[in-house]
Amino acid sequence: MFEATLTLAGLGLLFGGVLALASKKLAVKVDPRIESVNHCLPGANCGACGYGGCFQFAEAATRGEAPVSACIPGGCEVSQEVAEILGLGLEEQAERRAAALLCLGDRDKTRVKFDYDGVQDCKAAVLFDGGFKACPFACVGLGTCARSCPFDAIRMDDKKGLPLIDRGKCTGCGICARECPKDVIALTSLKESPTVLCNSTAKGKEVRAQCDIGCIGCGICVKKCPEEAITMEKNLALIDKEKCTNCGICVEKCPRDCIL
Amino acid sequence: MGNLLAIILLAVLVDNFVLIRFFGICPFLGVSRKVDTSLGMGMAVTFVMTMASLVTWLIYHFLLVPFELEYLRTVAFILVIASLVQLVEMVVQKVSPALNRALGIFLPLITTNCAVLALAILNIQNDFNLLQSIVYAFGAAIGFTLALVLIAGMRERLELVTVPKPFRGSGIALITAGILSIAFMGFRGMIAL
Repeated sequence: MFEATLTLAGLGLLFGGVLALASKKLAVKVDPRIESVNHCLPGANCGACGYGGCFQFAEAATRGEAPVSACIPGGCEVSQEVAEILGLGLEEQAERRAAALLCLGDRDKTRVKFDYDGVQDCKAAVLFDGGFKACPFACVGLGTCARSCPFDAIRMDDKKGLPLIDRGKCTGCGICARECPKDVIALTSLKESPTVLCNSTAKGKEVRAQCDIGCIGCGICVKKCPEEAITMEKNLALIDKEKCTNCGICVEKCPRDCIL
Repeated sequence: MGNLLAIILLAVLVDNFVLIRFFGICPFLGVSRKVDTSLGMGMAVTFVMTMASLVTWLIYHFLLVPFELEYLRTVAFILVIASLVQLVEMVVQKVSPALNRALGIFLPLITTNCAVLALAILNIQNDFNLLQSIVYAFGAAIGFTLALVLIAGMRERLELVTVPKPFRGSGIALITAGILSIAFMGFRGMIAL
């Protein structure tokens, strides 16, 4: 009994001592600011700042290599906190943007070329003849973006076969836009203004054959816009957000209902 | 020498820690989503197991046996393993930040991995000498890594197929693990000590 207690206590003491000694000897000096910067970051490791994850960004920012405002999901608040911790001034923050799907071609509106029964992933599906949808620019709708979103802002609308982006939750990190094999997700300004929700640069006739809602490049919106904010580029209307006054005439006049 | 080879084969295949003895199921399912991470975990476990078997063997034979305290071995071994993992973590942090980042959370998790404790106790039960226990530990750890990498490879492929809804996630992982375990039963009786 006595021996047992002594032995275990001795062992515990010995190991405790060794550990205590080791923690002193082997201590790695870390800049305490890295930890506090890391603490106020969103922690999603989305990589929108250009670093591997939040911790790497915190390290770079503390070293002064990264601009304090690089965290896009964190936005103004986080940049301010980081700037405060590091004692730096806050430079101009980039405009907040959110992801938008530039395609309205759901199951009813866009025709399919063939039945696809392979791996349920957009990147896999486009390997075969550019995907199963007739329009080569259309959203494939197999949810690669939804799975890639670290903020849970995209979910799949199974009925329509298109992703639904929650623009409130979206932080504008842009991972979905990078993951999308069709490049049909764009980061657009959070300012309320009409957007052409079509990505097709095909000629009007082709678009008509492929899809019921795609932009055919008819140019009606260009003519009707009182601000001359709309131009036609490669059979696709483009709205200049600087000039747009959000009057809504283009939305009303579009014969294809693809400006929303 | 032949005896040592037999011990390694026994530990890796015939008596695989995960698939036959069912030790360390937690990391087996927890960190087997990707081959990379399972290799990292395997490396960490190999390191800790080999170190732990060395230290526990010494403690058992030079401390517990002389004082006739063999019944305390479980408690003593837990103490040894926990402190050892802590020490190893500190050393890795100091010596190689890159390895530390690669092993990440796995290293501290091994503290409570039953496979390590089981190994220390099996070494004693099998009456291994020091060299044999270290070789057995190394083999067991390799077997652990093998099981982890095997299941991770399968799970990577499972990600790409359409699994019936009720089986998705852990369900299909457990079924796969079960089938893998049955496959490993084929090695039974090949080597006996």
